[in-house]
Amino acid sequence: MATLKLDGLKKSFGDTKVIHGIDIDIAEGEFIVIVGPSGCGKSTLLRMVAGLETVTSGEIQINGVRVNDLEPMDRNIAMVFQNYALYPHMNVFDNMAYGLKIAKTPKPEIAERVQTAAKLLQLEDFLQRRPRELSGGQRQRVAMGRAIVRRPAVFLFDEPLSNLDAKLRVQMRLEIRELQRSLGVTALYVTHDQVEAMTLADRMIVMNDGVADQIGAPLDVYKNPATTFVAGFIGSPATNFFGTDEVTVNRNKALMSAFSDAERAVLEKPATMIGVRPEHLQVCEPHDAYLTLSVNYSEALGAETLIHGKLPMGTAITIRQNGHLPLPEGGQELGAVWSENSVMVFDQNGKRV
Amino acid sequence: MLLLLPQVLVTVVFFFYPAGQAIWQSLFISDPFGLKSQFVGLGNFEYLLADRFYRASFATTAIFSGLTTVVSMGVALYLAVLADRLIKGSGVYRTLLIWPYAVAPAVAGVLWLFMFNGRVGIVTWYLGLMGYDWNHVLNDGEAMGLVVVASSWGRISYNFLFFLAGLQAIPKSVIEAAAIDGAQFWTRFRTIIFPLLSPVTFFLLVVNIVYAFFETFGVIHTITSGGPQQATTILVYKVFSDGFVGQDLGSSAAQSVILLVIVGALTIVQFKFIERRVHY
Amino acid sequence: MPRANESGMVRKRGVGYWLTHLGLIIGVLFIFFPIWLAFVASTVSQQEIVRPPMPLWPGDQFIENYTAALFSGVNVPVAKMLLNSLIMALGIALGKIVISLLSAFAIVYFNFPGRRFFFWMIFLTLMLPVEVRIVPTFQVIANFGMLNSYSGLIFPLIASATATFLFRQYFMTVPDELAEAARVDGARPMQFFWHILLPMSRTNIAALFVILFIYGWNQYLWPLLITTDPEMNTIVMGIRQMFPSGDDVADWPVIMATSILAMIPPIIVVISMQKLFIRGLVDSEK
Repeated sequence: MATLKLDGLKKSFGDTKVIHGIDIDIAEGEFIVIVGPSGCGKSTLLRMVAGLETVTSGEIQINGVRVNDLEPMDRNIAMVFQNYALYPHMNVFDNMAYGLKIAKTPKPEIAERVQTAAKLLQLEDFLQRRPRELSGGQRQRVAMGRAIVRRPAVFLFDEPLSNLDAKLRVQMRLEIRELQRSLGVTALYVTHDQVEAMTLADRMIVMNDGVADQIGAPLDVYKNPATTFVAGFIGSPATNFFGTDEVTVNRNKALMSAFSDAERAVLEKPATMIGVRPEHLQVCEPHDAYLTLSVNYSEALGAETLIHGKLPMGTAITIRQNGHLPLPEGGQELGAVWSENSVMVFDQNGKRV
Repeated sequence: MLLLLPQVLVTVVFFFYPAGQAIWQSLFISDPFGLKSQFVGLGNFEYLLADRFYRASFATTAIFSGLTTVVSMGVALYLAVLADRLIKGSGVYRTLLIWPYAVAPAVAGVLWLFMFNGRVGIVTWYLGLMGYDWNHVLNDGEAMGLVVVASSWGRISYNFLFFLAGLQAIPKSVIEAAAIDGAQFWTRFRTIIFPLLSPVTFFLLVVNIVYAFFETFGVIHTITSGGPQQATTILVYKVFSDGFVGQDLGSSAAQSVILLVIVGALTIVQFKFIERRVHY
Repeated sequence: MPRANESGMVRKRGVGYWLTHLGLIIGVLFIFFPIWLAFVASTVSQQEIVRPPMPLWPGDQFIENYTAALFSGVNVPVAKMLLNSLIMALGIALGKIVISLLSAFAIVYFNFPGRRFFFWMIFLTLMLPVEVRIVPTFQVIANFGMLNSYSGLIFPLIASATATFLFRQYFMTVPDELAEAARVDGARPMQFFWHILLPMSRTNIAALFVILFIYGWNQYLWPLLITTDPEMNTIVMGIRQMFPSGDDVADWPVIMATSILAMIPPIIVVISMQKLFIRGLVDSEK
């Protein structure tokens, strides 16, 4: 159990900068999820904390101690890999015990710790099996068991659920969360799946191209995304973005009503973007509407319906509405309004105003 | 890197240094007592290439390798096609056919020598009954025939294994489709199976030529010792006989260098081929 | 009974089926015959052989001939030659495997200057079979005073580009994450090699061992050159030394008994480890 601090952490491969400077203070027992699209540097960041990648500049501190130059095993961390990285020739027991054996832990203690972990993970019946005789979910548990027995200060997860099928993923997600809570261990978890990030994280780091666009609690990030990237990445379907020129009817009302003074100040500037989440748009009578769209098609998902259409200038837009409202047809013209306090304004750099 | 040390040490001491030596020595001639040597540049090579026996040795090597390759691959392909036709039992035949691989070329030479020996050989005796006087000690063609058969014999298992594996890798559906199209066995073989087998065939061709070049020394040494009148002296045998028996170091070294070039070329062909296969 | 719609298909059990078996049996007999003859010759007396045609069925001299071969031989007891062969074959096979494993491990898992250089250096040895460099290599061994010694027999044949590449290939298929997991578990590079890489490679090692053992056992030219002392002869080359020079009649029963003895160990290895052997063959040629 420990605190983890990243201070101005940077990484370059040759001339290519992959991490541009990350700062975060992580409290004891906190669950931090690093989320972002592939290639954003999230795995590199995790591997730097693990000690598998060198640090170009900046500092990593675990419990206030600089660990930049320590070997992985001396950092008091444990890692769960994407493909589990179980040793194929060892049985489950030996897989979990390997790190302890290397550390010359006394045999009885190894046995006891492995037993405890196996019990926790419901692996007691499988200790003598080889990894290839296990199902995907069981392998996943063994990988976690291997991390647990070391009693590390920090857990590192590198997309641990991406090799599982959808149903199992939901189940394991819950298990990981519960496990982390009950052990009280600080965790750093990498994923590209925003649902995983939302459900698991105490706080999340949304990464884009080597930069932490936003760090915050999931709901805060959802409600107040700091950049167009974050607004687009977190939440599904993605946030709609359009220029002010798409607001064609009731323009004054639309542009004046919902915005603060600061927002209004940039609204008329070129390249300013308005963002509205699909769930914050409602179909309405054309004369009340802020936006008019022509429907391309609708997806009826049962509980909800997604209406995909085009604004007058051609920007694509999605509206999410309740499933028992009437289903618009392709070609139909619709009016839409956004609810109060739900529009966001981003300046020409994509930053939230 | 400490881990590489053993490999590097062995490589340098027993591979590169001797190879360098061979190149170096090929530029000198030494007197019969090995007391002094004189630099002659490419003289050894010129002398060699002008040498009737050396050029004959080239031809011998070509004929020998060609025949050995064709015979061993031909028989192996024939047996592999037969074995592939069986639904059951091909494994049994495989077991029965693969183990001559384990017989050393030199031992194979002794076995065949025994059968064709002028005094006690059983085949010689039966040939005699039929009125044919076999004598590979005097007859060039018979000597060549014997070393070819003896060299091919041990090689059949190897080729058989690869051909059988190649045949079994051809999807049965392709052959069945051809059968439904009405192709008889021979047509199927010619138009479908053999073309699909061509990567294996080409691979075996190269490997067998390399084998015939370098690994048949034991066969030739036990059966004919290169005779009669150098009729079965392949290049590798000549390096040995000139260098160790004839003590002509310069010439032997020059021959080594020429062989080096040939192996180099064969290796490159082999790797080009593998590269191509990887790109498939 | 073959049905009409099966005609022309591979499955029919007509004349063709039996011809297939017949063809294969002829092939098997062709392969077997020389060995059968050698076996027969090793069980009969010299008199029976020198009066052709020799018998085609084993005689009653089995024990006499093999005892003579094993314990007295012609120049040296065959038992001694068998031992020499065994030491050489094991030395070559194990030596090649050990140094290839180490080299492949170094090349795949460490980034050090000159890595490519060493890689190509090992690659080049493919182009330098013993047969090409016999005279200078002989001189090197002579200078080291390693003539007539096991080390002289083994060391020049111990470098192996093929085995190194095979292991390199295999190591590259091992996921990087496994090495990283071991690092996180606290394993030093050599511990990773011993605890994880080596046990994972054991099938490959065994398969390669079969091939290399036979390769080592069947060496002919090299032992012929550097063992002038009959005590150091290996069995494969020793057979030829048993032929008398000049017009004397060779002691065929003993020679043939020796030939059979020379074949047995590698044949046992091939047959008993057929699966590994085939796998090794296919792997090492890729």
